[in-house]
Amino acid sequence: MTIYPDTVAGIANALAKRELSSVEITRHYLDRINALDRQINSYITICEAHALEQARAADRRIASGQGAPLTGVPYAHKDIFCTKGIRTSCGSRMLDNFISPYDATVTEHLNNAGMVLLGKTNMDEFAMGSSNETSFYGPVANPWKFDSVPGGSSGGSAAAVAARLAPCATGTDTGGSIRQPAALCGITGLKPTYGRVSRYGMIAFASSLDQGGPMATNAHDCALLMNVLAGFDAKDSTSVDHPTEDYSATLGHSIKGLKCGVPKQYFDKSLDPAVAASIRQAITELESLGAQCVEVDLPSTELAIPSYYVISSAECSSNMSRYDGVRFGYRCRDPVDLQDMYTRTRGEGFGKETKRRILIGTYALSSGYYDAYYTKAQQIRRIIQQDFKNALAEVDVLLGPTSPTVAFGLGQKSSEPVSMYLSDIYTTAINLAGLPALSMPAGFVDELPVGLQIIGDFFSESKLLQIAHQYQQVTGWHLLAPPLGG
Amino acid sequence: MEWETVIGLEIHAQLATKSKIFSCASTAVGAQPNSQASAIDLGLPGVLPVLNERVVEMAVLFGLAIRAKVAPSSVFARKNYFYPDLPKGYQISQYAEPIVSAGKLEIRLADGTIRIIDVTRAHLEEDAGKSTHEGFAHSTGIDLNRAGTPLLEIVSEPQMHSAEEAVAYMRTMHRLVRYLGICDGNMQEGSFRCDANVSVRKSGSTQLGTRTEIKNLNSFKFIERAIEHEVERQIEIIENGAKVVQETRLYDPDLDETRTMRSKEDAHDYRYFPDPDLLPIRISEEYLASMARLLPELPDRKRQRFVAHYRLSEQDADLLCEETAWADYFEQTVEISKADPRFSARWITGELFAALNRANLSIENSPLSSTSLGKLIARIDDETISGKIAKQVFDRMWETGESPDEIINLQGLRQVTDDSVIERLVIQVLENNPQQIEQYKSGKDKVFGFFVGQVMKLSEGKANPSQVNQLLKAQLDKAP
Repeated sequence: MTIYPDTVAGIANALAKRELSSVEITRHYLDRINALDRQINSYITICEAHALEQARAADRRIASGQGAPLTGVPYAHKDIFCTKGIRTSCGSRMLDNFISPYDATVTEHLNNAGMVLLGKTNMDEFAMGSSNETSFYGPVANPWKFDSVPGGSSGGSAAAVAARLAPCATGTDTGGSIRQPAALCGITGLKPTYGRVSRYGMIAFASSLDQGGPMATNAHDCALLMNVLAGFDAKDSTSVDHPTEDYSATLGHSIKGLKCGVPKQYFDKSLDPAVAASIRQAITELESLGAQCVEVDLPSTELAIPSYYVISSAECSSNMSRYDGVRFGYRCRDPVDLQDMYTRTRGEGFGKETKRRILIGTYALSSGYYDAYYTKAQQIRRIIQQDFKNALAEVDVLLGPTSPTVAFGLGQKSSEPVSMYLSDIYTTAINLAGLPALSMPAGFVDELPVGLQIIGDFFSESKLLQIAHQYQQVTGWHLLAPPLGG
Repeated sequence: MEWETVIGLEIHAQLATKSKIFSCASTAVGAQPNSQASAIDLGLPGVLPVLNERVVEMAVLFGLAIRAKVAPSSVFARKNYFYPDLPKGYQISQYAEPIVSAGKLEIRLADGTIRIIDVTRAHLEEDAGKSTHEGFAHSTGIDLNRAGTPLLEIVSEPQMHSAEEAVAYMRTMHRLVRYLGICDGNMQEGSFRCDANVSVRKSGSTQLGTRTEIKNLNSFKFIERAIEHEVERQIEIIENGAKVVQETRLYDPDLDETRTMRSKEDAHDYRYFPDPDLLPIRISEEYLASMARLLPELPDRKRQRFVAHYRLSEQDADLLCEETAWADYFEQTVEISKADPRFSARWITGELFAALNRANLSIENSPLSSTSLGKLIARIDDETISGKIAKQVFDRMWETGESPDEIINLQGLRQVTDDSVIERLVIQVLENNPQQIEQYKSGKDKVFGFFVGQVMKLSEGKANPSQVNQLLKAQLDKAP
């Protein structure tokens, strides 16, 4: 049996050296998906024919000497990114029949790089969820323990990468949707600075918070994928015209002298003590690499969740309005009049969690409540931004847990929305502040992965990747794969 | 009981851009349904708006023209409501922070009174699509070609007190936006339309009465009629001891009446909030200064200049300043003719406008250029031809496009100014009409006109009329 490389860097290297063809590695991943994904359910759509066609094109491109660094490398695409001619469901019945007529900017970048789309990954409906249980296409199993959740909303992408059903994947992060599933599935995921990766064609959940980013088994691979995803886009007014960089350039640099802040609020009673121990251990490891760690204060941490759920739900309530059955997507059968079409289309097309957020958001924006909720939440948002600014004036990065617990059981929190929302306690504030943050595997508790979160200043993605890469040079958590066979 | 009417207007001016406010799709009208609706206009999942910078220029020009405050930072907001021709389920508009606020517009009423109306605000927004029922059985067709067309909504203070004032305000605004080149002003196509907020109160009261809003008035006539009707209706309600209900009404031009569209209870909660997809519009002092340099001469200034500089009557100046194209045509004609400007004004507002009207042409498409008309007027002024012959030349120029000199020379229309030639004609006429000479001598002065007519006829209209007068008088005096 052939042993294939299972990292982006490894595959790219083998392709460049012609030790491997893109068709061969693509076939390999498709075989694994066909063999294993029935149990994991990480893909909504498997693009077998399309993938093989892209792989053949990639092989021709490499043969002609025109290959880009990741030409021919397969990837999984979160089903929130529009892909021309391919269903883009966003995990919802509402878009179950939606074949996008256009490519997202990120999809264009991936196509131009010559990467091979294996399929579209499962996700919480419209990216609203922390467990991947709100998907119309059913929950995703955590590859480490099938009766546990993979996290969400990019649960399909995280599970696919962890299970080696793709060497890397795209994700989106509105309140932790890249980092938390990365943590729960034991992989590395980066949420870039807001505005670094184009949102054009990335179906909106909460526009001021949404940000796409890379997910892979290790930091080096995330850096390589980030080189493809990042860049200014004139089609996205919130995209920042900031020079792009080679995110892999400084990976090898030592982190000696790096100043790290450890927010004391991230180690309060909501954090599982065993997870805390793993995180402390990882911090010690970084110190042994030359990092200097000090405790810092993020006094508004506990305000992040209420502020986040008001703002994200308010934006969501408006963003979800276009799903009305008029122009595309689901429409109820035999509407008797306009009102009936609206109410039944939306009643039947949206799942429970999406409806809950629409209701919360509509309420928060209503006349008479706007100031008490929306305005207040925006004020808190500014306070949180200031908190981070103060902390990052003292240190280079902040370190802490990504999630208060390891993966919880399927169904365990799905009937308790507030308890589910609280699992985002360490991630949402970063979106409110617009900062970049990365999660990487840093140990195991009960045979489930623990994620360490590294938070940096605006456009410090290279530094975050460098820290993670340096850590991964001396630890092996990122090398562990769930025992799945196949 | 004396009643005072209070009117505020919300004008929607469609901005004359080539592409839409947030997408590259064309704004041209008349295309196949939905052929000018891009992914953005359709509100497809994942699309994002990108602001067309031309609309900002236009709004800023407008703000400068009404001496308003142009906000250094203004914000787009989402106005949320469901309607089939509103693709995203929200309209992108401006709410708490509009681009233009606190402007002033001077209006002139028929009796010459001048009033200054405060303009509360003007903000940018996108238009919705259209729902059509024709040709669809049991369903509605949606055409999104118009969706995303840029609009400037101009809101006045409730400071007008009659339909006449409202119409004067509307007309002044209509002329202004066309002067600025920011709106084509086509009211029939809805490029310039308004909603009127109307209330009445007892004269002398400072409290506003309950208002109604009359939607979508797209002609000056309709505005006038709708307001007059609404005022009558409201006064009647109050005088009968009832109360006016706050509501939105529709004017029906066919029945010439207003009727309820929706009551306040059905009013939407639009849940406005800043659109997170768009950045605030930032306007620097430098940008404002550069836009101020682009500001054209405004209608009032032009009118005053035409009166002062060209010595036109208020009426002619007002008429010529209605359209910049007319005013420009006039000034070019004066420049070419070198004659008294009032003479050019008379020709343009008389012969030219009549001919354009008959042919249903705009001045831009006139077969007669300002240069040609100027040359014709110059020939009248230098007495090459008479005014009467000039009309003949004008008609010929209109039909053939030939220059006035060509026509005058080819047709031999040059005025006869040679005294000896005219004298011969005079003598001939007198010889042929001895009876009329006797009548003249006996005191019938009217006969003089007869002689003039005969001389002109004999000269085929080419004799210089004042010379004819002079020589005729001399000959008659000599006659026995």
